[in-house]
Amino acid sequence: MIPVIRAREIARQQALLLSERTLTKTESANNFLTDFADGIMFLAHSIKETFSRKFEVREFFHQCFVIGYKSLPLISVTGTIMGFVLTIQSRPVLLTFGAVNLLPGMVAISLIREIGPVITALICAGKIASGIGAELGSMKVTEQIEAMEVSSTHPMRFLVVTRVLAATLMIPLLVLYADALGIIGSWAGANIKGDVSYVLFFSQAFSHIDFYDFIPAVVKSFFFGAVIGLVGCYKGYNAGRGTESVGKAANSAVVLASLLVLIVDMIAVQITDMLIL
Amino acid sequence: MRNTQTEIQNERAVIKITNLSKSFGEQEVLKNFSLTLYNGENLVVLGKSGSGKSVLIKCIVGLLKPDSGIIEVFDRDVTTMNMKELDEVRQKIGFLFQSGALYDSMTVKQNLEFPLCRLKSQLRQKEIDEKIEEVLENVGLLDALYKMPSQLSGGMRKRISLARTIVVDPMIILYDEPTTGLDPVTSDEISLLINDVQKKYKTSSIIITHDIECARTTADRLIMLHDGEMYEEGNLKDFEKSEDKLIKSFFK
Repeated sequence: MIPVIRAREIARQQALLLSERTLTKTESANNFLTDFADGIMFLAHSIKETFSRKFEVREFFHQCFVIGYKSLPLISVTGTIMGFVLTIQSRPVLLTFGAVNLLPGMVAISLIREIGPVITALICAGKIASGIGAELGSMKVTEQIEAMEVSSTHPMRFLVVTRVLAATLMIPLLVLYADALGIIGSWAGANIKGDVSYVLFFSQAFSHIDFYDFIPAVVKSFFFGAVIGLVGCYKGYNAGRGTESVGKAANSAVVLASLLVLIVDMIAVQITDMLIL
Repeated sequence: MRNTQTEIQNERAVIKITNLSKSFGEQEVLKNFSLTLYNGENLVVLGKSGSGKSVLIKCIVGLLKPDSGIIEVFDRDVTTMNMKELDEVRQKIGFLFQSGALYDSMTVKQNLEFPLCRLKSQLRQKEIDEKIEEVLENVGLLDALYKMPSQLSGGMRKRISLARTIVVDPMIILYDEPTTGLDPVTSDEISLLINDVQKKYKTSSIIITHDIECARTTADRLIMLHDGEMYEEGNLKDFEKSEDKLIKSFFK
C-alpha cells in the first residue's frame, strides 16, 4: 500500500511541476507578445510625432552631433581595421590561385556591400543604442521625462523623434566613412605584405565597384539607423523605476538592436538578390 | 497655522477633486478621495509612504489618468481634456518633483530656460535672462547659473528645482516631498522658501510630505491620507491635539 501512496505523491508532484513549467512558458509567451505589441505602438506613436508640426530642430541637430560626430573616432578605428584584417586574411588564399591582383576589388566590394554596413551598424548598436537606452532610462528613473511633460514638452517628440531621425541619417554617413577608411586600411595591409602603389591599388579597387553596389548598402544603412535609434529609445523610455533598470535598459537595447540589425540585413540581402542589384 | 480657516474658505477653489479613484492592477491606491484647494492657501497632505499621495498630485497634472472621479482645476475638468487643453492647464501649475528632476545634460541656466522658452515663447532673450536671474536670486543661488546638476548638493538641487518651477509664474504649485533626503537645517530652509514663494508669487500649493516640521512651517490646512482615503482634515492645532493613534504617531 505504501509504494502506491508514494507513487501517487510523486505523480502529483510531477503534475504540479509540469503545470508550473507550462504556466512559466505561457507567461514568457505573453510577455513576448505584450512587448512586441508595445514596440509596434511605440513605433506608430513615434511615426505620428515625426510628422507633427512642432519639430524639435535644435535637439535634432544636437543629436546628429552626438550620434554622428562623436562616433567618428570609434568608426575610424574599426573601419580601418576592417579593411586591414580582410586584406591580410584574404591575400594568402588569392596568392594560391595567382589572383592577388583581384584583392583591391574584392576587398572594396566586400566592404561596401556587406562588411562595412553590418560591422558599423553593430558597433553603433553597442555605442548608440546603449547610450540612448541608458540616457532615457536614467531620465525616466529620475522623473526627468515627467518633468518635461509637465513643462508642456512632449517627450516622444523631444527625446524619441529627434534621436531616431538623427540615428537614421547619421548611420549611413558613418557607413560610407567606414567604407572609405576600410579601403585605406586595406591598402596599408597590402603594403605590409607586398608593395603596391596607392594609385594602382585604388584604381583597381574602384574599377570593380559600381554605383549599384552602393545603393542597397546605403538603403539598408538607413534601416539599421532607424532600428538602432528606435530600440535604444524604446528600451530607455520603458525602463522600470529602480536604478538597476537603467543598466537593464542599456543592455537589452544593445542585444535587441544587434539582433534586429542582422535580421534587417538578412531581409535586405534577399530583396537585393531578388532585384538582382 | 498661518491663515485662519474662515479666511481660506472664503477664497475661491482653485482645485476641486471629487470622488477620485485610482488603481494599479489589483491595488487600489486612491478610493473615492475628495479635496479642495482654495486660492492662496498651503494645503499639506500627510500620509505614510505608499498611501497614494504622489499618485494624487500626478493625477492633477494629468501624468496619471484616474479610473473615476472629477479633478477640476480653475473649474475645468482635467480628466476629460485632450493634450492641447491639458498643456494649457499645465502652464498654470508648477510641479516640484521628489528627486528634483533637473535635466542632467543641461546647466542650471539651460534647465531654467527650458520651460520658460516653451511656456512663454513670446519672451525675448534679455527678458528670459532677467527672469532667470530673478528666480535664482529668490532661491539664493545666483552663483550656480553655469553649474551642472551633478555639481550641486541635494539642498541646492531642490532650490534650483523650485526656481525652475516658479520661473514660469505658476498659479498653483504641487510639491512632492520637498524635504525628503535633506538634513534638518536644509529642510527648514526649503520649508521657509516654500512660504516665501507663496507670499511673493501669490501661489496656492499642495505639499505632499511626511515631514512634520515641514508641515508645521508651511501648512494653512492639513489632510491626512491613509490607505487611499481621507482620514482626517483640519488645521495644525486640530492635528496636534488629536488623540487618534495614527495622527499621534506623526505628531509625537
